[in-house]
Formats: sequence, C-alpha cells, structure tokens
Amino acid sequence: MTSIFRKAYFFLIGLFLSLPLIVVAGVSVNAKQTLAFPPQGFSLSWYGEIFFNPEWRSALFASVTLALLSAALAVAIALPLAWFLWRRIAPWANIFQLLGVAPFTLPPVITALGLLTFWATVGFYGQPWTAVVSHAIFFVTLPLVTLSLGFTSIDRSLVEAAATMGADERTIFRTIVLPLILPYIVSGYAFAFVLSLNEYIVAYMTVGFTMETLPIKIFNALRYGYTPTMASVTVLFVTTAAVIFGLVARFGDLPKLLGAMSSDGK
Amino acid sequence: MRREPPQTLGDYAPLLFPAAMLTIFFVVPFGTMIAVSFFQRQQGGFYTPAFVFDNYARFLSAFFGGVLGFSLLLAITVAICCVVLALPFTYMLTRMARKVQVVWLVALLSILSLSEVIIGFAWSTLFSRTAGITNILVALGIMSEAKALTPSFGAVLTGMVYQAFPYTVLVLFPALVRLDPTLTEAARTLGASPLKAFFTVVVPALRNTITATLIMVFIFALGSYLLPQLLGRPQHWTLSVLITDQAIYQSNMPFAAAMAVFLVLVTLGLVALTVIAGRKGEAA
Repeated sequence: MTSIFRKAYFFLIGLFLSLPLIVVAGVSVNAKQTLAFPPQGFSLSWYGEIFFNPEWRSALFASVTLALLSAALAVAIALPLAWFLWRRIAPWANIFQLLGVAPFTLPPVITALGLLTFWATVGFYGQPWTAVVSHAIFFVTLPLVTLSLGFTSIDRSLVEAAATMGADERTIFRTIVLPLILPYIVSGYAFAFVLSLNEYIVAYMTVGFTMETLPIKIFNALRYGYTPTMASVTVLFVTTAAVIFGLVARFGDLPKLLGAMSSDGK
Repeated sequence: MRREPPQTLGDYAPLLFPAAMLTIFFVVPFGTMIAVSFFQRQQGGFYTPAFVFDNYARFLSAFFGGVLGFSLLLAITVAICCVVLALPFTYMLTRMARKVQVVWLVALLSILSLSEVIIGFAWSTLFSRTAGITNILVALGIMSEAKALTPSFGAVLTGMVYQAFPYTVLVLFPALVRLDPTLTEAARTLGASPLKAFFTVVVPALRNTITATLIMVFIFALGSYLLPQLLGRPQHWTLSVLITDQAIYQSNMPFAAAMAVFLVLVTLGLVALTVIAGRKGEAA
C-alpha cells in the first residue's frame, strides 16, 4: 500500500512540475504563430528563430555573455574570500561571508533596487558592464557556499605535510589546494552561470532600458503580443539548466553539495 | 598547515578584492537606497536630496495596509502549501536509491533556476483558453467548453507554489538526510504503520526544521515580483510587485526605496526568528 502511495505521490508531483513545461514544449512546435495546445502542425522554425531572428539572437548573445562574465567575477570574489576564511583565524572577516550571502537571502527586488539607485547616483546607469558587476554580487553566494564547503573537505594534514617538506604558501596553493578545490570552483561557476542566464529583475533594473537579455526579451514579448519563440526559448533554458546540473551531478557529489548549500542558509 | 591569525599586513591581501567588491557594490548601494527613501520626489521622475518622511507616511494609507496584508497572507499560504507537499516528498526521496535522488535533484534545481518570467509564461499558457488545461478537460468530457483560468488568485497561488516547491525540497533535504533512520525503524517494529510512524515520529522530530523551513519559504515567496503581476489582477499585487511598479513604471524612486527598506526590515525580523528556531533545534 505504501509503495503504491509513494509512486502515486511522486507521479502527481512530477506531473505538477512538468505539466507547464510539457504544454510550453507543445506550443513551441506549432506550425503557425498561434498559442495552441495540442500543437497544430509541426515545425521547428521557432527554434531557428532564436538564432536567426536578429532581435532574439542579440538577446541570446547578451544573456550568454552576461552569464559567462558575471559568473567568472563571482568566482573571483568568492575564491580569495573562502580561502582566507579557511586559512586564517579572523572572526571579524566572517562579516564578508555574511555580506556575500545577504543578496541571495533578501528578496531580489531589494538588491535590484539598491543597485538601480547606486548606478543612477554614480552616473553609470544603463552601461552593459554594470549588469555584469550587479549579477556577480547578486550571485556571489553560490560559489561562496560551494567553495566554503570545498575547503572544509580538504584534509589539513595534506597541506601540513607539504609545508613540513618545505613548500611555500604559493606552491601549496597551486599543487594541493587548487586541484582539490577545482570541482567546487566549477560547480559554483555553473550555479552562478545558470541563475544569471535566467535572472530578470536585477538585469531589468540595471540595464533594462538599454539592453535586452533573454528574460527581459521574453517579458517584453509577453506584454506586446505573443510569439512561439518565447516557448522555444523556455525549452532551450530548461534543457540548458538540466544539462549543466546533470553534468555537475555526474562529476561531483550533488547530494553533498545541496546538503551544505541549504543548511548554510539557516 | 594549521589555521593561524594573520600576522603581517600582507596576510590580509587576499581579502582586499572581495571586501572591496562587496562593500562598494552591496553595502554602498544598500546605503544609497536607504538615503533615497528619505529623498523628496520631484515631478517627472526625478528626486532631490532631502530628509523627509513623506515616503514612509504613505504606508499609513488603507491601500498600503491592504497590499501588505495580502502579501503576508499570500506568502504564508504559499509556505504552508509548499511544506505540506514537500515534507512527505522529501522524506520519501531521501529513502530512495542514490541514482533516483540525483535525477530528482537535477530536475528540481533546473526548475528552481527558471526565471520568474518563464514560470509566469508557462503557467499563463497552461491556464489559457486556447492552449490550456481546460482543453484536456473538454476532451475528456468533464467540461463543456475551454476557458481561461487566469487572471485569478488560484493562478497566482499555483504559480508561486510551483516556484517555491523545489526550494522547499532543497531546504528540507539536508535535515531529512541526517534524520536517524532507526527512529522510524523502532516505530515500525513496535507496530506503527508507515503513515503513523511518519506523523508521530518524523514530524515531531523535525518540528524546528519545519518552523525554520516555513519561515524561509515565506521569505522566498515574499520576494516573488512577477508572478502576481502575470497571473493575477491588480488586487493580487504584492509588495515586491508594487516596489517594481513604483520604481520602473511610476518613476517614484523614493517611495519604492521606502517600501524596499520596509521589506528588508520585515525579512530581517523573520531571519532572526529562523536563527532563534535553529538555535532551539540545536539545543534540543
């Protein structure tokens, strides 16, 4: 009885989670520009539209560039901070850990509005690079948490052995710490990348009037009329996220990563 | 190499870049926002430095009270729905084979990372007249003709539960993984049904976790800025939507900033509550 109950429960939850995506996937292959399900006719032209329509292509390009750069910057901020907190005893430095987690814990509108007033005040409002910095700050939590976890999993006796044998700080970092921490750098980068790709409100409040990322483009398209390209972009996004997280799971310990990520938020 | 306190100034060097970035681009913007919340609004979307409480005084209106009340109520409803749905789900998930767990976790993460724009679009499609779920019901002969289910309160609630459900599972996951399996085994050996064991052993043992999760999901739901707008009517707008609206479309930055400061205070109060609940959990 319990096994049937469990299967039914998981089936219903799975249905709830996948139903909107199934309908969107169906809509995305409509032959004509109609919002219809089940789809009328079959066409993959709406997927081609993402790459061949200049507007969608430039939005895709903007989103991918933004995600690549901001995730790199987020890791660049998180790595020295996490390393310092692991290497040194400096309780007051934990304040920066807290600052790194704060943007992600607070409602996103707040970070977005703070950055909007800031960029407007200093006069860089609307510059594309401000979105990179904004996203890096907004998502720094993710590499910070994965890296902190990575550092705690390093066996300190390894590092100690290297030090006893005469390796200096730099050599230790390059030959021992970096190889051990690399999977965590990659997964932190991956999390920040996927979330930046999907992020709307911070991007909209910082560069919304000068640049269109894909989520902004979808939102604008929603307001000014419907096109199945929105559906095909959605499918593309879900697939990208699933592939990236699938790779993280394949090459890393996903349950362990998540075990630490959520307990950190408490 | 053991951890040691920094000895020379050079030891602080790695901290320089992260500290500078977080201070300049998070602390200062936060301060700017607080400052702007006291500024005087000018016609045409500009504002001038001042120190006025006008923006905060607007909170005292009945309209604002209504929005605040609705936001809190909606977030509480979302949190309760999510925890009720996610607790048994996560419990059973942690008892499954590792491979199955990983597949579900990847799926949940993928949905969690989805933009609110995309979730809103997906649900508005599912609830639409031409492509929506009612077409299936018509095909099955349950309904006579397809109709639109949005905008409505039910649509907003469904969309927000959809958005917050993966988050809830991921928050519950570590606590449930660590839950001692012998607890339920003991209950089963003593003759309790699995369902009875779940409600009389698992749920009480996780009381503090459940409280903390409820608060965290509540905060998460408070942050939803688009779904009420895409799936609901103006009376379903929450504080987050109103802040976005004031900042972008009404160009009233000082008022938006004041509301945001207020939202921070509410959130921080709740985070403090979570920490207290967590402490109690450790003590127990």
